[in-house]
Amino acid sequence: MKSVYDVIIIGGGITGTAIARELSRYRLRLAILEKESEVSFGVSKSNSGIIHPGTQHHPALLKSKLCVLGNKLTRVLARELSIDFKEVGELIVGFNEEDYKRLLRLKEDADALGVPGLKIVDRRWLRKNEPNLSVEALYALYAPTAGIISPYRMVYDLAENASANGVEIYTETKVESIIAQGKVFEVVSPDRVFHSRFIVNCAGLYADEVARMAGAGNFKITPRKGEEFLLDKKKENLTRHLLFPLPSKISKGILVTRTSDGNPMIGPTSEDMEDKNDLTTTAEGLRKVLEGAKKLVPSIDENDIIAYFAGQRPVSGDDFTIRHEDGVRGFVNVAGIQSPGLTAASAIALMVAGILKNTGLRLKKKYFFRRHRKKEFHIFSAGLKKTKRSVKKDPSYGDIVCRCELVSAKEVREAIKRGARTMDGVKFMTRAQAGRCHGSFCTTRIMKILAEETNRDVVSVTKRGKGSELVKDKRR
Amino acid sequence: MERRDLVIVGGGPAGMASAIAAYESGVKDILLLERDQYLGGILNQCIHTGFGIEYFKEVLTGPEYADRFIKKIRNTPSIEVSLRSFAAKLEKDKTLTYLKPGCLNEVKPTALIMATGCRERTREMIHIPGTRPSGVFSAGLAQKLINMEGLLPGREVVIIGSGDIGLIMARRFILEGANVKAILEIQPATRGLKRNVVQCVEDFDIPIHFKCRVSKIWGQARVEKVSAVKVDEDMKDIPGTEFNITCDTVLVSVGLIPENELIEMAGVVIDKKTNSPISKEVNATSVPGIFVCGNSFKVYDYVDSVTSDSELAGKMAAEYIKGKR
Repeated sequence: MKSVYDVIIIGGGITGTAIARELSRYRLRLAILEKESEVSFGVSKSNSGIIHPGTQHHPALLKSKLCVLGNKLTRVLARELSIDFKEVGELIVGFNEEDYKRLLRLKEDADALGVPGLKIVDRRWLRKNEPNLSVEALYALYAPTAGIISPYRMVYDLAENASANGVEIYTETKVESIIAQGKVFEVVSPDRVFHSRFIVNCAGLYADEVARMAGAGNFKITPRKGEEFLLDKKKENLTRHLLFPLPSKISKGILVTRTSDGNPMIGPTSEDMEDKNDLTTTAEGLRKVLEGAKKLVPSIDENDIIAYFAGQRPVSGDDFTIRHEDGVRGFVNVAGIQSPGLTAASAIALMVAGILKNTGLRLKKKYFFRRHRKKEFHIFSAGLKKTKRSVKKDPSYGDIVCRCELVSAKEVREAIKRGARTMDGVKFMTRAQAGRCHGSFCTTRIMKILAEETNRDVVSVTKRGKGSELVKDKRR
Repeated sequence: MERRDLVIVGGGPAGMASAIAAYESGVKDILLLERDQYLGGILNQCIHTGFGIEYFKEVLTGPEYADRFIKKIRNTPSIEVSLRSFAAKLEKDKTLTYLKPGCLNEVKPTALIMATGCRERTREMIHIPGTRPSGVFSAGLAQKLINMEGLLPGREVVIIGSGDIGLIMARRFILEGANVKAILEIQPATRGLKRNVVQCVEDFDIPIHFKCRVSKIWGQARVEKVSAVKVDEDMKDIPGTEFNITCDTVLVSVGLIPENELIEMAGVVIDKKTNSPISKEVNATSVPGIFVCGNSFKVYDYVDSVTSDSELAGKMAAEYIKGKR
C-alpha cells in the first residue's frame, strides 16, 4: 500500500516552513520537499531580515494586511521558538515639504491598517534620536514596531520545530513533475515518488514552474535582484533605527538597517532580471547602494564593508498570490511572496491553514504539540558564570573553532545535528566563518567536523550543495 | 583569579622567542597560551625552505625553524605552555579570559605580551564583484589545506596579488600537479621577495600580469572563470583591455592585517589603517605592561627579524616586571 501524505509543501523557505509548522499542530501527515541541500537556501537566505510594521504598501493589498498581522504573530513565534527578535523601530525619512506630504499620506494609510504607534517626527527629534542621520533630513515617519530577525535562523528554527512535531523534511529533492490521480497527487522527484492529498506550492522563484507542472495557475514569476552590503560589527551603533527613504513604485529604496547579529547593512538594489540564477554582485550595484545609503547617513565608509551578497525577489504582480486553484482540487499556490514576505510568513501560514480547511482538509488538534524550541547555547552570550559551568560540563564548549565570532566545536556539532549539511549551513546557524577573516582560520576544522559528524569523506564536503565541493581531491 | 608575572598569547615564532628571552632576563613565572594543539604557529604549514638564514646562518624549513624554539621551551620548566587555549577577552586591568576544552580561566599578569600574528585580507575587503562560489581561498588557507590536511583545493588556479604567500602557493600548486594559469597584480611590480619571484614563479614559467585587476568572479556552485582588466597609473580600468581566464580556483593573496582585536578591547590605541598599535617604540603600546611583538606589531618579511624583535619584547617585559616589584 502506498503511503499518502495529507499535505506536501514544495519549498523549504520562510513560507514553506512557517506553513509546515502551523499545520504540524494538527493530526496530519506532512512533508516539505526542498531542492537545495538545506532549508532557507533559496530566496530566504538573502532576505534583509526586517520585520516590517506595515507602512510601505497600499492598504488595499493583501500583503499589507498580512504584514500588519504578521508583525504581531512573529513576536509570538520568536518567543516560542527562541529566535532573537529585536524591536528597533524604523524611520521613513523626508527631505522637503513634498516628502512631508507623502509621509502624511503614508501615515494615514498605515493608521487605517492598524499599524500601532506611528508619528511624524521633526528635525529636532531626529537630531536627538538619530544623530548620524543626514542633517538635510527634515521629517520622518516613525514606526516603533519595526524589528530585526535573522531570516535564515528563523527558517531553520521553524523547520526544526516542525520536524519535532512530525513534519518530514526532504532536502536535495527537486520536484520534476506533478500528476493528479483522482483525489491524490503524485509528486515525482529524481529519487522518490510522493503521494499527497493536498499540495502547497511555496517554491519561491520557481513557483510558476511548479504550478505549471500541475496545470494549476498560469502566473509568471519575474526575478528582481537585490544587492546588499554588510558593514563591520564595530559600526553596530551607526544608527539606532532602521532608516528608509520614501518608497518608489517598485521598491523601498536603499536602506540603512542592521542584522540581528549587529552588522549594519546597506542596500538593496532593485533590478528586474531574466535569469533566476543570477546572484552576482556588481560594481554598479555597490555604487548605487553607497550613494543611496550616504544620502541617509553621510558618514558611511566604503572601507567598512566586510561582506556582500545578492538575492532575487520572486515577483508576480504587485501583490501576493495565495489561493486554492479551483481547477485543480487540493492545489494551493503561495506565490509572489516578496517583501514583506518574512514579516507576513506566520500570517500567511494561518491563511493557508484556513484555505486548506475550507477545501476539505480536516484540522484536528494534536493531543500534544511541541510549541517551544529550546534556545541553542552560545558561549559568553549567556554570561560568564553560565559559560564557565557549561564549559566544565561539556569540555567541547571550550574548544574554539571560529575565533572571530567565538564559536565552539560543540556549537558546530549541534548545528550539524540540527540539520546543517554544508559549510554555508554551519555559517548560517552558528556564525562560524561569518566574521572578519571569512573562514581563513576555521574552514579546515569545520570541514573535518562536518565529515566526521555526517560520516563522509572530507573531500565531499560542500559550500552549499552538490557541485560546490570545497576541494577537488586528496593531495597525491 | 590566577596571578602570573608574564602571560604570552600566541605560541608561534614571536611568542616563543619572547618567552625564552623573558626567561633569560630573569622572569621565572611565564604562561604561554597557544590556541592550536602544538606550538609553532603558521610556521607549521610553511614547509618550504628559506627560514633561519639570518638568525641561524642555516637554511631551514618552517617546521625545522619552529622546532629549535619548541625544544628550548620544553626544556624550560618555568615556561608553562597551555595548548588549545584560546584567549577570548582582555580587560583594561590586563585580566585575560581564556578557554580550553573543559575550562574557562581568568588570569591577571603583571605584564602581557601579545604575539597573535596576523590574518589575511579577503576578497570581500577588496570588493571583487561577481558570484560567491566555492573555490575562492585566501592563500594561507590553501596552504593549510594542502600542507596540513593533505587535500588539493583546485586544479586550475588564478592567483590575485603577488605577495609572498601567493608566490609560494603558485609553486606549491604546480608541485601537486595543478595548473597555475596566472598571477594578477594590480601594482606595477611584485610585492614579494626577489627570491620567491625567481624560485616560485620564473623557474616554473608562471605568467604574471602587472597593473591588472580581477573585475569579476564567475561560476554558480564552483568558480568557472575570472574577468580581468588592465589599469592605468591612477588604478583606473583601461577600456578594451578586458580578458577572461577559465579556472576552478581563485587564491587571494592581497596582504596581511595584524590581529589586535583583543588589545583593542583593553583600550590600546590602534592605527585604523594598519591595525597595528600606535607606538614610538617597537613592541610597546599605549598601555603600560602590554607589549605586542611579531606580525601582530607589524607585518615582517622574514621570520628571522620576528625572532630578534620578539626577543626584545621579552626583555622589555622583564624590565617592566622588575620595576613593579
